[in-house]
Amino acid sequence: MYDVSELKKGLKIELDGQPCVITDFQFSKPGKGQAIYRCKLKNLSTGSTFEKSYRSGDKVDKANLESRTFTFSYHNGDDFVFSDNESFEEIHLTAEQLGKNQYFIVEEMEVDILFHKDKALDISLPTFIEKIITDTEPGARGNTASSNVQKPARIDNGYEFSVPIFINEGDVVRIDTRTGEYADRVSKA
Amino acid sequence: MTSIEKLKARDALMQSIRAFFHSEGFVEVETPIRMKTPCMELHIDAEPSGNRWLRTSPELYHKKLLAQGAEKIFEIGKCFRHGERGDRHHPEYTMLEWYRAGSNYDTMLDDTARLLRNVGISCNLKIFTVAEVYGKFAGWNPVEHFDADRFDFDMVEKIEPNLPKDVPVILKDYPAECCALARLKPENPKVAERWELYLGGIEIANAYSELTDPVEQRARFEKWGVQRKALGKTVYPIDEEFIQCLETMPPSGGCALGVDRLLMALLGTTTLDDILPFRD
Repeated sequence: MYDVSELKKGLKIELDGQPCVITDFQFSKPGKGQAIYRCKLKNLSTGSTFEKSYRSGDKVDKANLESRTFTFSYHNGDDFVFSDNESFEEIHLTAEQLGKNQYFIVEEMEVDILFHKDKALDISLPTFIEKIITDTEPGARGNTASSNVQKPARIDNGYEFSVPIFINEGDVVRIDTRTGEYADRVSKA
Repeated sequence: MTSIEKLKARDALMQSIRAFFHSEGFVEVETPIRMKTPCMELHIDAEPSGNRWLRTSPELYHKKLLAQGAEKIFEIGKCFRHGERGDRHHPEYTMLEWYRAGSNYDTMLDDTARLLRNVGISCNLKIFTVAEVYGKFAGWNPVEHFDADRFDFDMVEKIEPNLPKDVPVILKDYPAECCALARLKPENPKVAERWELYLGGIEIANAYSELTDPVEQRARFEKWGVQRKALGKTVYPIDEEFIQCLETMPPSGGCALGVDRLLMALLGTTTLDDILPFRD
């Protein structure tokens, strides 16, 4: 349990059985009145946001969250199957659950999965992955072209993103998994 | 801003506040920061300091001075409130407090308008009664049917966010239950003669027609003591010298103004981080 005076931005709490993160926090004390702690919250399970105020002395449950490290094993239809690094227990995550992350998961990749009770809430990938460009218009000459000029490109699993104009098919590039954007070129074809 | 830039801005404000009060014939006073017993209020907690308490405001000493014949006094100094910390709160802060013998909360309003003009805030004050804003923004009348919990929550969630931010706003005539150390309106005891000033939606100052009835004052302290005990808070001993001074204290107006927040308003910021040179 947290005392309400311990609440701060970024803290994860549990409300009505739902894990939530405090996205904004304001201590208020209207003239001569009681202290009121105003929170903006985001439900980690559904993504919905809402506001809640607490008074002095209120107690708030800590979120029952646990992060475990898994390694990607194999595809099973549309599912991605990961195995727990310690217990080898398998977990199936759907492409829908993974969202954009599904395009950045590679063989043997280690990921951290955040659980609320036994439900997977969130997955953290390594920040950068390396991929070969499988499809893009022929690039401009040279290496020095401004990276401000972008063009579409695709990798083997069909993920489409923007790359600088000098990138060619067969080049290996680094992608930032947090944003899904091109980071830099690793090697030329 | 660097710490020294913040302090230069504060210095300019301090000079204009002092110049204003001196031009009005006020005497700047110094009263003790460590007190044998702090002023007892339901929701204000004092910081202990050895066998004393740090003042939460200089109010009790100023009233003792009024009882001894002081007519116009002001003080600028540090006050301390336990557990108050946030964008607009700091446990150690600077308070301006002033009193005028033979006056009331309306006189304090005139003083405040002139003071604001003097420090560079020259808009006309917009005045609302508490009943008016609760009716408009919260849909109930706390003066007729008071509910302490709902009053505080609605103030923070429905009233303050909806106050005009481009002009100084006065909320006046609080429910009698929120009287603190203010006297009740002689012609309507459901209302306390108290107002609060807001700048940019942030509470800046609090003023009363001061309560001068020692019997009523003691009864209020005793009531808050019982309520504090029920909340598990420290019950401060009653300052008997203070109760006694009310026998001779003339009817007076008093106002307490948060200097840090006034500086925030002048610099157009909403967080103390931008104006305090050092944070606790």
